[in-house]
Amino acid sequence: MSAEVFSLFYQFADVFAFLILSAAGLAIVFGMMGVINMAHGEFIMCGAYVTVGLVNLGVPLAIAQMLAAVTAGLIGVLVEFLVVRRFYKRPLDSLLATWGLSLIVTQSMLLIVGSAVRGIGTPEGSFAIGGYTFSTYRLVLFGCAVAVLAGLYTIFMKTRFGVIARATMQNAAMAKALGARTGRIYAISFGIGTGLAGLCGALYAPTMTLIPTMGATFVVESFVTVVIGGANVLLGTAPAAVFLAMIRMALNASYGQIIGQIGMLVAVILIIRVLPEGLSSVLVRRGR
Amino acid sequence: MNSGHKLRMVLLGAMFGTAASMSIANAAEPPLKVGLLEDVSGDLAFMGMPKLHGSQLAVEEINKSGGILGRQIELIHLDPQGDNARYQEFGRRLLNRDKVDVLIGGITSASREALRPIVDRTTTPYFYTNQYEGGVCDASMISMGAVPEQQFSTLIPWMVEKFGKKVYVIAADYNFGQISAEWNRKIMKELGGEVVGEEFIPLGVSQFAQTIQNIQKAKPDWLLTINVGAAQDSFFEQAAAANLNLPMGSSIKVMLGFEHKRFKPPALNNMHATANWFEEIDTPEATEFKKRWHAKFPDELYINDMGYNAYNALYMYKALVEKAKSIKLEDMRKVIATGDACIDAPEGKVCIDPKSQHTSHRMRLISVGPKHEVKVEKDYGTIQPYWLGEIGCDLTKKNDKDQYTPSHLPKKS
Repeated sequence: MSAEVFSLFYQFADVFAFLILSAAGLAIVFGMMGVINMAHGEFIMCGAYVTVGLVNLGVPLAIAQMLAAVTAGLIGVLVEFLVVRRFYKRPLDSLLATWGLSLIVTQSMLLIVGSAVRGIGTPEGSFAIGGYTFSTYRLVLFGCAVAVLAGLYTIFMKTRFGVIARATMQNAAMAKALGARTGRIYAISFGIGTGLAGLCGALYAPTMTLIPTMGATFVVESFVTVVIGGANVLLGTAPAAVFLAMIRMALNASYGQIIGQIGMLVAVILIIRVLPEGLSSVLVRRGR
Repeated sequence: MNSGHKLRMVLLGAMFGTAASMSIANAAEPPLKVGLLEDVSGDLAFMGMPKLHGSQLAVEEINKSGGILGRQIELIHLDPQGDNARYQEFGRRLLNRDKVDVLIGGITSASREALRPIVDRTTTPYFYTNQYEGGVCDASMISMGAVPEQQFSTLIPWMVEKFGKKVYVIAADYNFGQISAEWNRKIMKELGGEVVGEEFIPLGVSQFAQTIQNIQKAKPDWLLTINVGAAQDSFFEQAAAANLNLPMGSSIKVMLGFEHKRFKPPALNNMHATANWFEEIDTPEATEFKKRWHAKFPDELYINDMGYNAYNALYMYKALVEKAKSIKLEDMRKVIATGDACIDAPEGKVCIDPKSQHTSHRMRLISVGPKHEVKVEKDYGTIQPYWLGEIGCDLTKKNDKDQYTPSHLPKKS
């Protein structure tokens, strides 16, 4: 019996980690900054490739993963400076620009690195409960997802940078008038977002096949999580992921992956219909 | 003008004359146009790239040795990027605008079925170069890869005998996975075995924690893995990390997706597959072929079976055209009807079956070890693609233009 209970928790944790890690970066870039970043998947891919490249050079996995997240963050700052900066007032054009960027990046990776890269293997470690065996690394992923949520909350709610950043996102002109260096705030926020995307790729790199289009497997989940999370991403993303993970886990377990995926997307449609502002609108109203 | 100068002028004139007549001869014999549709970008690029390379190698070799009926071959390759709508668009373009003499390609069975009605409206021959779920009875199509009676009727009885009667199936959710699973049910029933679970997975899904637990709950003796594409291949890594540790069998792993080269050992340990080609074949003919391939494409990670079949397709086309002394499909099919449409391929002699226009193959059962070393477990010799003929497909008499499965058989007329 306890094996069944733990197995349910493990499945929930697994889907939850996948949703949070793939959505965290987008929550900042799309949810807070309003940039429809179609290249989100490519920052995830970047994190994965840098991780594998560094591990193949002999760097320990954990350090390689951190460096990969930092690399994706720095590339993000550069992309913000060169491309995204020009589109803050034109969100729909940012969709086209980042989509173009995504096409260029996947195709260049295909030409430069090739169509497939040899994987590095998941870190050893599995444990058994009842008749089931589980991979320890999947629980590490869950731990990382929780840490990312806590980290985001701390940065944006408890630090000076966070206050200024939220002020900038709400009203850039007013923040500027009050002396905030909004250009730099935007660049750093975008960098944090893409760095988190890179972290997602870095964490999943050992468990997946690496191909240039691998980011696509994360993009749908990340967008739906952020969208149903709603306008207040710091409050909305976590409950959105909990909600979607519960639905998907239950349907996966009873009816298989197809129904799990369909069910999750149907739930998303219903939520957007009932709560156009997303889950966080309810939470904020309750809070008041 | 002295006589020496005159002589030179004559010689020069003669040279121009021959040059002119040569160019007239060339104009009368334009190159044969080969249309090729293979994905070299998108989710299946890692499999499609060897197919393009195999075609390029064959074209280069055939052109160097004098072409087909003395005509050079011009390869026109378009990249449909794994998109079935683009397969149709590019197929129409090659057939109607470029007027290719032969069409080759397609990776997934979905892309082939998208393409086939368009080919059927023309008189252009079409070569499909993958192993697949079998059953296409269509006079326009020549299939170069292996089919279930060559792959499943060999593999599944062997797996049942060696590992046990309970199998769990994970399959990609489209025609290939669905029909392959149907084949497995049919063969398991004949063997008195039991399918303890079947899971169909949407393309693009990459997370398998739930599937792994479903498998452990069902307690099978072995797994049939017919999952497709880079995302779904993540199953192997995740199953190994969770210490699932079950024997696996497949019709597409190792020789087609070279997972044993892409994943870190021992993720593919205990995988079994039946194949007409895998790069580890070490007969003299195969070794010679691999040497030529790697000389032209030194970065190739693995020469997979569909790349190999794509290479053979051009030689089969050459053999058919030269025996028929014509590039017309109907004349080529007269050669096929004699049962004498054969080539000496790197795996050995392969022939096209007149009734189904599928290819005979020498089949071997291979297994993957803990260090991802590949071992031949059993050599079945040459197996004919007999199933379509047995159920009543006979393209020498009637063109059904249909795809049959164990549950969709031709109507008795």
